[in-house]
Amino acid sequence: MPQVSMTVNGKPASGEAEGRTLLSQFLRETLGLTGTHVGCDTSQCGACVVHVDGKAVKACTMFALEAEGADVATIEGQAAPDGTLNPIQQAFQDHHGLQCGFCTPGMVMSAAALLKENPKPSEAEIRDYLEGNLCRCTGYHNIVKAIMAASGQDVGALAAE
Amino acid sequence: MYNFEFERPTSVADAVKALGQEEAQPLAGGQTLIPTLKQRLAMPSKLVSLSGISEMKGITQEGRTLVVGAATVHADVAADGTIAALSDLAGNIGDPAVRNRGTIGGSVANNDPSACYPAAALGLGATIVTDRREIAADDFFTGMFETALDEGEIVTAVKFPQPEAAAYAKFEQPASRFALVGVFVARTGEGVRVAVTGASEGGVFRWREAETALASDFSAGALDGMAPEADDMISDLHGSAAYRAHLVGVMARRAVAAAR
Repeated sequence: MPQVSMTVNGKPASGEAEGRTLLSQFLRETLGLTGTHVGCDTSQCGACVVHVDGKAVKACTMFALEAEGADVATIEGQAAPDGTLNPIQQAFQDHHGLQCGFCTPGMVMSAAALLKENPKPSEAEIRDYLEGNLCRCTGYHNIVKAIMAASGQDVGALAAE
Repeated sequence: MYNFEFERPTSVADAVKALGQEEAQPLAGGQTLIPTLKQRLAMPSKLVSLSGISEMKGITQEGRTLVVGAATVHADVAADGTIAALSDLAGNIGDPAVRNRGTIGGSVANNDPSACYPAAALGLGATIVTDRREIAADDFFTGMFETALDEGEIVTAVKFPQPEAAAYAKFEQPASRFALVGVFVARTGEGVRVAVTGASEGGVFRWREAETALASDFSAGALDGMAPEADDMISDLHGSAAYRAHLVGVMARRAVAAAR
């Protein structure tokens, strides 16, 4: 079976992968990084969003062998080694940006990609960017609030819905 | 999904060679092909990934022509802005994560009847460059999921002439974000072109009556009350043929009004 090597959350990682092995499957089953969730497996829901070479992608719609040599970031690498949450994760907790939590890894990774491109997004820009991340619990409002807070913006102005 | 061999060449020449094997298929961004493979609707013996070929990536300008490498992702075309209508179109395909993987070459080679890029290529009168020849967009899109490409032929770039004014108006199918109907309108030195995606059983097409009307008066009003024949339109649970035909007129007027 082919061998694939990449950097995951700053550390070298390698393993065997078939041609058809998806990046999501490789992360979860070979590397044991089950924080990357597979919701729909059809690239609709965004629970599997990770960063590949700094860009948000759906790990269920990319083959592991395509990540050869790539720099991959997953939800497991977001908190500090001592467990301190990063500002986006902390804002999700503070603003109740999750209920069941299944979509949260993808939401946090998408939010991180958005804030890298656009450090002070408007509410509309956040909603537009999250088009490919589905949440069936929150109604999105607190997710949007959390991302605004994580970008250092006043969320008091955001109307309660 | 069925298993397959996987190869990731670093040059166009090596990719063409790898595609010489029976049942080998190119893999561009995979945003359509991977879901297709998951449904077992395709069974290639080998996938030849085009993502490692740097000569197929990037956007350059040659005079009044924008040359977009076939392996350039939608997000990069969206960020370019040289042809505003093209960048706007690219920035509204799928969602941000899809735009970071999906490529222009993959989109035109697949020729999905509801994809956006075929409308831009046909509307702007683009030239599709392959590993062996150049094909005018008018000759490239030959039917639903069909193109003039030969077996094993790879799209390497798409060349877009700069228009005087252009815009794309898309009515989204809200679940898939594909175009229920999308109309690309361009005014060029050689006349007006109107390309329609999402509507026809034959895939992307030029709406000639609208082009004629706009040639003498490039304004939304010139298309008042006009819509193409509904006979060849797609009819499905998202919209009837008559609804799609009506939408073509509406989206064409919106595109003309937005053209800049």
